[in-house]
Amino acid sequence: MLLKVDNVSVSYGAVEALKAVSLAVSGAEIVAVLGANGAGKTTLLKAISGLVPIKSGSILYDGQKLHELPAHVIARLGVVHIPEGRKVFATLTVEENLNLGGYGCAKEEVQKAKARVFQLFPVLKERRRQLAGTLSGGEQQMLAIGRGLMRSPKLMLLDEPSLGLAPLLVDQVFATILQINKDGVPILLVEQNARKALSIANQAYILEVGRIVLAGAARELAADERVRQAYLGGVTYERRLRAKESRATGNTPDPRG
Amino acid sequence: MLTFIQQLLNGLTIGSFYAFVALGYSLIYAILKLINFAHGDLFGLGAYVGYTVFVYAFGVIGGALGLWGLLAVGFAAAALATAGAGLVIERVAYRPIYPIGRLPAVVSALGMAIFLSNLIMAVWGPRYLAYQESFIPTGFWQIGEFRIRILQVLILVSALVLLGILYFVVEKTTFGAAIRAAALDRETAALMGIDFLKVIRFAFAMGPALGAIAGVFVGMYYRQINFTMGWVYGLKAFTATIMGGIGNIPGAMVGGILLGLLEAMTAGYISAAWKDVFVFAALMLMLIFRPTGLLGEKVAEKV
Repeated sequence: MLLKVDNVSVSYGAVEALKAVSLAVSGAEIVAVLGANGAGKTTLLKAISGLVPIKSGSILYDGQKLHELPAHVIARLGVVHIPEGRKVFATLTVEENLNLGGYGCAKEEVQKAKARVFQLFPVLKERRRQLAGTLSGGEQQMLAIGRGLMRSPKLMLLDEPSLGLAPLLVDQVFATILQINKDGVPILLVEQNARKALSIANQAYILEVGRIVLAGAARELAADERVRQAYLGGVTYERRLRAKESRATGNTPDPRG
Repeated sequence: MLTFIQQLLNGLTIGSFYAFVALGYSLIYAILKLINFAHGDLFGLGAYVGYTVFVYAFGVIGGALGLWGLLAVGFAAAALATAGAGLVIERVAYRPIYPIGRLPAVVSALGMAIFLSNLIMAVWGPRYLAYQESFIPTGFWQIGEFRIRILQVLILVSALVLLGILYFVVEKTTFGAAIRAAALDRETAALMGIDFLKVIRFAFAMGPALGAIAGVFVGMYYRQINFTMGWVYGLKAFTATIMGGIGNIPGAMVGGILLGLLEAMTAGYISAAWKDVFVFAALMLMLIFRPTGLLGEKVAEKV
């Protein structure tokens, strides 16, 4: 098992964000974690990458206890966390953002990785001298993913990559995720877009107010009646979800991509 | 014309002092959003360490190394000692209270400033100490009526070179990008594998080291130092930081030089007694019409 999250609880003050959560990622699979806003999905990823301390339980990655390491050390182990809302460094150039993705790596490796990223996202090459804050939402997401690929990740944690993107771009982002996974990178994907996430994932977990309520093969979950009702509730539900997302971020999907 | 050129040169010299010190404020503010009020007194400490090394080392190695060797030793010692003091202050006075918030850190900074100036007074005494001619380059070039002191050239060249190096490191290298990234977003920077403590240590070593160099130069330029000098120069340099745009490295340099020029021109054409009036009036005007400072932080965030 590559990553084993065992009975992890996390609290913010008196609020318990995660309650005895366990999950596992093995081999080169895509594992999706689904759930509504506030279910604890982001907290789960932050606990793994060391941004929030855990109260109890353990997180093992490749035999190492991640919960005892600071975030920057975890990143250097190859556990790459691409945070929600992209979080590109707005006043740094695209190229500087990418270079930081490989911070601490050898120069040749950074150059090689950058060439790969530019091949995957040619638009980033065109705009490499531009400040990251001037990119469109879709381009920023590409930059965030590209930045994550700079370190040749051994495990990728992806938080809401489709958030605030137009449907066409969402498809593109998911295709990219699938491609990255095909190249051998295991991915732990957190998404509100359950339909999309289940369509590319091997395994899936459903998180509700800090607890795993359902787990299994993605195909089985997609067929499960409870999941269909709560998370895949047809077109109207998805539309409502998207409207809610854009309200939450203040973003309207960017038509320019 | 002669007055103008002379005052221009004086202004650039004084401005270099301010720029050196302002950088320390700006660097630390950029990363921690903390105004390190102890910074001015670290500059004072540098002047005193330099003085002590000159006085004692002059007897031992002065003859062997010559004036320039002595200067190198003095500057290096002052910069290293003050950088060390900066790191200790960060560890003792700031790090334990970062999690509580920014206001307690500011109070702690003020406390540290008072502690440092009193420490200097306790160790070296309350009276003015004189930088002696034996360790100051006193030569000058006479061009007609116009006189250029070697010391002034040394100060200007040092400012240009050292501030240029710092600018290059922060703006053009990947480590500099890491510093700017950590200043923007500490969490995401950690996800890039950037060690925030390392960035903080860089700021708390580099800022005071540059301040110490300025302190030694001030001692040489005015020939005397006093335990209150940290507060006076700290306040002026802080003004320069605000005028240039706090948190902005080139801004601190520009603000420092401008402030120096403003002082020198006021002193040259009006009266030296009025220079503080003009300086702080300029600060007020800046705060009213351009509160982010001359080169205030660029905003490229797309909403």
